[in-house]
Amino acid sequence: MASTDPTVRIIGNDGVIAPTEAAEPYLERAMALDEERLLGFLTDMVHTRAVDVEAANLQRQGHLGLWAPSYGQEAAQIGSARAARAQDSIFPAYREHGVALVRGVEPVDIVRMMRGVTHGGWDPAAHGNFRPYTLVIGSHTLHATGYAMGIRFDAPVTGDPERDEAVLVYFGDGATAQGDTNEAFVFASSYQTPQVFFLQNNHWAISVPVSRQSRTPLFRRADGFGMPGVQVDGNDVLAVFAVTGALLDDARAGRGPALIEALTYRIGAHTTADDPTKYRTDDELAEWTARDPILRLRRHLEQRGVGAEEFDRIDAEAAELASTLRGQVLAVQDPPRSLLFEHVYREPHPLIAAEQAWLADYEASYGESS
Amino acid sequence: MTQLPLAKALNAGLKRAMEDDPKVLLMGEDIGRLGGVFRVTDGLLATFGEQRVLDTPLAESGIVGTAIGLAIRGYRPVCEIQFDGFIWPGFDQITSQLAKLTNRLEGRERFPIVIRVPFGGHIGSIEHHSESPETYFAHTPGLRVVTPSTPNDGYWMIQQAIRSDDPVIFFEPKSRYWPKGEVDLESPPVGLHVSRVVRTGTDATLIGYGPMVSVLLAAAEIAAGEGRSLEVVDLRSLSPIDWGPVVASVEKTGRAVVAHEAPGFLGMGAEIAAGISERAFYSLEAPVLRVAGFDAPYPPAKLEKLYLPDADRVLDAVDRTLAY
Repeated sequence: MASTDPTVRIIGNDGVIAPTEAAEPYLERAMALDEERLLGFLTDMVHTRAVDVEAANLQRQGHLGLWAPSYGQEAAQIGSARAARAQDSIFPAYREHGVALVRGVEPVDIVRMMRGVTHGGWDPAAHGNFRPYTLVIGSHTLHATGYAMGIRFDAPVTGDPERDEAVLVYFGDGATAQGDTNEAFVFASSYQTPQVFFLQNNHWAISVPVSRQSRTPLFRRADGFGMPGVQVDGNDVLAVFAVTGALLDDARAGRGPALIEALTYRIGAHTTADDPTKYRTDDELAEWTARDPILRLRRHLEQRGVGAEEFDRIDAEAAELASTLRGQVLAVQDPPRSLLFEHVYREPHPLIAAEQAWLADYEASYGESS
Repeated sequence: MTQLPLAKALNAGLKRAMEDDPKVLLMGEDIGRLGGVFRVTDGLLATFGEQRVLDTPLAESGIVGTAIGLAIRGYRPVCEIQFDGFIWPGFDQITSQLAKLTNRLEGRERFPIVIRVPFGGHIGSIEHHSESPETYFAHTPGLRVVTPSTPNDGYWMIQQAIRSDDPVIFFEPKSRYWPKGEVDLESPPVGLHVSRVVRTGTDATLIGYGPMVSVLLAAAEIAAGEGRSLEVVDLRSLSPIDWGPVVASVEKTGRAVVAHEAPGFLGMGAEIAAGISERAFYSLEAPVLRVAGFDAPYPPAKLEKLYLPDADRVLDAVDRTLAY
């Protein structure tokens, strides 16, 4: 007795359109994507990987303190990011480099945090409402939900998807065990926020497999919170785009929050500080490497008749992007010393002022002969 | 001037802040229909509606975390934590997120969130309902921590806290919710982060805040009957500390006793004692003495009188400082 595959998949690993039954509600959205749009997705994905690989190299060469690779998760990130509309707000965890690029964050700004010059990196208002990375697992899901509550309190839904706002919040399988994430589900459902929870199940929370986080498929948890839950093949960019777009539009139209579980895989390490060979098998890695999301989309485009010169052009652009990033990273200056004190508070604070003055005096005293 | 208890003065202050700024909203457990377990938000749901007075799900991290999102959206949330001992599920959002977000965003955004916390003992309650956790928050960069000791301060300080563009942890002395005091509805006494001499004297300085101020004033009254003149300073703000009045008083009296309900070890009293010794060392005739709750978990109600510093214990410290 074969149960129905619950996963939304539109193109198979061979690039051929072969929708699962679960994909039916999303097919129209996916099929509306023309070749130019899909080439755009491929460009985003290849760029993301190039930036990611270059950043990991920069870390290995001592130019960054740390890097959290996104390698392998490009379809999940680009498909969902491209489904968001300009007016939407996006709350990432810290591995959403592809989403950052789509929302207009410069690669060097993504990397600056990892070079130790900032805890932030960019102005969300000037970068597609893309919030700063949040490193404490699950914390930002509540911020996203509060923001979405604010959207609801601000103004009634107009019914125009080009105007009504929604929130897209990213997190991983590890975050599903956190209290904050579950509280975010409760608040979102309770206040019927215009919000999509985008769970990238990359199967590993550092060294702990998803089976330790959950004994039930994660998308099914949505039922318990009273919201729709959809599982999507996270390495199928068409499926991810269609599902995210549909649920974001439902949310912005006032139909409440939803949870998407995108099945994908973290091909790289959790961060450059860990060693995946200690906790997962070569076979598992090989199995997922064979499902590479970029190759899948490329096969699909080849079947549509896209020629090799297009792919070569995209690859060359990506190489150029990586090279530019390298140059920019090496040129990043240390932050001004005033950064230590400047933004602790917005309003004057006597203790901060006194400590800043003390440090200036202390440093000035270096030059005095004893 | 009007006579109000602190709880009603806070209610009036919240109402006025909400009238002044449509972006101010209240959120917490049981604050709407019930009006809060101490009735501080009584009637505000009826006045302002459920988009501005939110009976939230029962989850403190959720309350603080969604308040942060609402602040990003441009709101000025005022969160109520039902009791001092229930703040810990929200501690991570307060200290890891709220306290650091202004800094993380390098000043690009503001996080004008007030977290109201009824605190302290004297109410004969069960475990987790009488704690004094102020040090944890005063120790955290990025937060401001204040506590009113009178209805007038309550009325004005809550409005000042709501107007602050920085996060403010607002501790309300629950033992002072009910006694009435004069409230001047026209003009604020002083700024939010100003400490004040509330009784003048010449022999020693008593320093406290929140629920302890009335105890210190009672101690000073008893001492006056014995021919001793004690000055009392109400800190009002625990972060930042307004050292001016504290130091000026100690320079005058040469002696200081600092008191709080919280455990003494690494408490506010330690910071006050260190700060005085750094700033007024040559004026001191005696070491700064601390009178505090014991370094034990808050006891069952039948023992709280033994646990809490009272006027006698304060006067015992006064005897000791005068003996130097």
